[in-house]
Amino acid sequence: MSSTAAPELAISAPSRRGRLRAACPWIATLLVALVLPWLFRDYAHGRDNGFMTAMFSQMGMMVIFALSYNMLMGEAGLLSFCHAVFFGFGGYCVAHFLNAATVVAPLELLPLAGGICGGALALVFGAMATKQRTMAFAMITFGIGELAVTAAIMFKHFFGGESGITTDRQNAWSLFGVNYAHGLQVYYLIIAWTLIAGLGMYYLRGTPLGRMANACRDNYERAQFVGYDPRMVRFLQFALSGVFAGIAGGLYCITYEIVTYDAVNAPLSGNALLMAYIGGVGSFAGPIIGAILITALQSGLSLISNSWLVYVGMLFIAMVTFAPTGITGILGAHAPIVRAGRLGALTIPYLRLLLPCLAVLLGFVFLVEMLSFATIGAAEGKTLNLFGIVPDVYTPTPWLATLAGTAIAIAWLRLEARRFFVVWDALMTGLAPATMR
Amino acid sequence: MSVPALHLRDVRKNFGATEIIRGVTLDIEAGERHALIGPNGAGKTTLFNLISGRFGLTSGEIRLDDTRLDTLPPHRINRLGLSRSFQITSIFHRLSVFENLRCALLWSRGYRYSFWHTLARQPRLNDAAERVLEEINLANRRDVQAGLLSYAEQRALEIGMTIAGGATAILLDEPTAGMSNTETEYAIALIRRVTEGKTLLMVEHDMRVVFDLADTITVLVYGRVIASGPPAAIRADRAVQEAYLGAAAA
Repeated sequence: MSSTAAPELAISAPSRRGRLRAACPWIATLLVALVLPWLFRDYAHGRDNGFMTAMFSQMGMMVIFALSYNMLMGEAGLLSFCHAVFFGFGGYCVAHFLNAATVVAPLELLPLAGGICGGALALVFGAMATKQRTMAFAMITFGIGELAVTAAIMFKHFFGGESGITTDRQNAWSLFGVNYAHGLQVYYLIIAWTLIAGLGMYYLRGTPLGRMANACRDNYERAQFVGYDPRMVRFLQFALSGVFAGIAGGLYCITYEIVTYDAVNAPLSGNALLMAYIGGVGSFAGPIIGAILITALQSGLSLISNSWLVYVGMLFIAMVTFAPTGITGILGAHAPIVRAGRLGALTIPYLRLLLPCLAVLLGFVFLVEMLSFATIGAAEGKTLNLFGIVPDVYTPTPWLATLAGTAIAIAWLRLEARRFFVVWDALMTGLAPATMR
Repeated sequence: MSVPALHLRDVRKNFGATEIIRGVTLDIEAGERHALIGPNGAGKTTLFNLISGRFGLTSGEIRLDDTRLDTLPPHRINRLGLSRSFQITSIFHRLSVFENLRCALLWSRGYRYSFWHTLARQPRLNDAAERVLEEINLANRRDVQAGLLSYAEQRALEIGMTIAGGATAILLDEPTAGMSNTETEYAIALIRRVTEGKTLLMVEHDMRVVFDLADTITVLVYGRVIASGPPAAIRADRAVQEAYLGAAAA
C-alpha cells in the first residue's frame, strides 16, 4: 500500500474541464474557511465565538507551517527537526518590525517580511545541514534546533529571554484601513496568507527545482548523473521552505502579539512532523488535513482531558505503525475502488470494523483517564466522570473490568481486521486487470 | 555537435591496500563504439565509476578531449556531455516514466535550479521528453510509476535517461544484463540507434552484443589492459583466449 501509491498526476497539461474539477475541492475548502467563523457566531449577543476564531486562526498558520515542512519531508525526503527555528525567527523579526519606531510595512505585508527573515536564516543553517542527507541531515537539524533554543534564551536583547518579546499589532498601519482590533480581522488576514502561501508552495512543486527535489529524494546519485548537484537542490529547497515557515511565524506574531522561545522550540518542530505525517506526506492535501486535525485535537481535546497529549501521541504511533501513508494515503488507496464504483462493497466491512475500533478506543480512554486521575486528578480534588460512569479508581474492580474489556475488544478488532482485509484483497484483485496499467 | 574523445593515462585506484585498477591507459576515439570486457572482478565497473566521477582516482589522469575529468564531481562531468548508465538500474522510482526522462533533460535544456518555470508549460522540453519516450518504445507506459515497470522496461528507461540530455560521450554498464534473447536484440538495436555518431564505452558480458556493436574491444584483467583492438584481432589474440575468452572462443 505504501510504495505503490498512484504516480503523481498533473504531468501533462490536463484539459481545462479536468483542471476545474480538480480545483473544486480547493475552492470549496476556501469557501468553508471564509464562512466558518460565522457559523459559530453568537448572534443573540452579536459576538464572535472567540475560542473558535482563535482555533481557526491557529489552523491557518499551521497549514502553512505543515506545508512548508512537507517541502522537506515529502518532496525532498529530508527529515528536519529544526523547522520551528525559521517559524520562530520569522515571528521574532515581525515582533521587532512592529516595535520599531517606524513600522516599515503595512501589517498585511509583515508576514512576508517574516518570510524573508525566515528564509535568510534558512540560507545560513541550510548551508550547514544540507551538506548531508538522510540520518546525518536529521542530526544536524536536531543540533540547530537546540542551538536556536539556547540562543533564544541567552540573547535577551533580541529574543527577550524566557518571557519573549511582546508587541502590539496595532502599531502598524493597514493597506485597507483595517484596525485589526478583532480576532476575526486577523483571521481573514491569515486566510489570505494561507491562500497565497499555499498557492506558492503548490506552484513550486511543478518547477524544475521542485521536480528535482523529488528526483534527489528517490535517487540522489542518478540526479548527479543527469547534471544536478543534489546538495544545491537540498539547499535551495531548504531555504524556500524556510521562507514559508517564516510567513507562518509572522502570522503567529501578529495573532498572539507575543513570541517566546516556544516558537523556535523542538516541540513545535515535532508538531510539524506530526501534522505532515498524520495527514500524509505523499500528497499536497496531506499536511493541510494533518494541520487542521492536530490543531483541532490540541484545542478541543485539551478542554476535555488533561491527557490530551497522550492521545495525540498514540494517534501518531498508530499512524506510523498501521498507515504510514497518512490519511490521504488511506483515502488514495480507495481511488481505484471508487473509480470502479465498488465502494459500496466496503460499507458493511467498514461498519463491522467501526464497532471494535470504538471499543478499543473506549478501553484505552478509560485506562488513560483512570491512571491520570489516580496520579494527578484526585490530588487536585477533581472527580472522574467517564461518559456517565464514576469509577472508584482505588478499588480493583474498574481496573480489571477495563483491562478485560480492552483485551476482548483488541481480539475482536484483530478478527474483524483480518476479515476486512480478505474482502479488501478480493476487491483489489478483482480490479487489478483494469488498473494495473 | 563535436564528439569528444576520452583519454585515460595510467589510471590507478586502491581500495585500502587492495589495488583494483593497476595503471590503465586507454584512448577512446571520437565517435568510436568501444567495448570493455573482462572476467568478474577485473575492475570494469570501477573504471566506469572513475571516469564518471563517482569515485576519485588514486593516481593518473582522465580527460575528455582537453578537459581533466578526474578532479570534477559527477554532476560537473555530466554537464560536459558525458553520461552513464548503471549496472544496477538507477532511476527515480517514484516518478513516472515521463518525469524520469524530463528530469534527465532539465539541466541540458538550461533550466538549472529554476523555481519560477512551470514544467507543464515548457512545450519544447516536454516534446523532447516525448521524443525520447518514443525512441525507447515506452510511450504506452508514459504515466506509470518507474518503479512499477518490468525489468527490461526499466533498463530501456535507464538508457533513455542516459542519452536524453544529448550527451556526446556515453558510458553503458552492462545494458543487456539479465535480459532474455529477444529483449537483448531489442536493446542492441536501441543502443545502436541512440548512440549513432556518439562516443560509446560499454561494459558487456554477452559476447554476441560485444562483437555485434563494438568497433574496438579492450580486455581488462585484474585491473590491467591485456589487449585492445578491433574485434577480429581480439578474437585471435592468444593472451585474451587464455585469460578470458577461454572455451567460449575455442
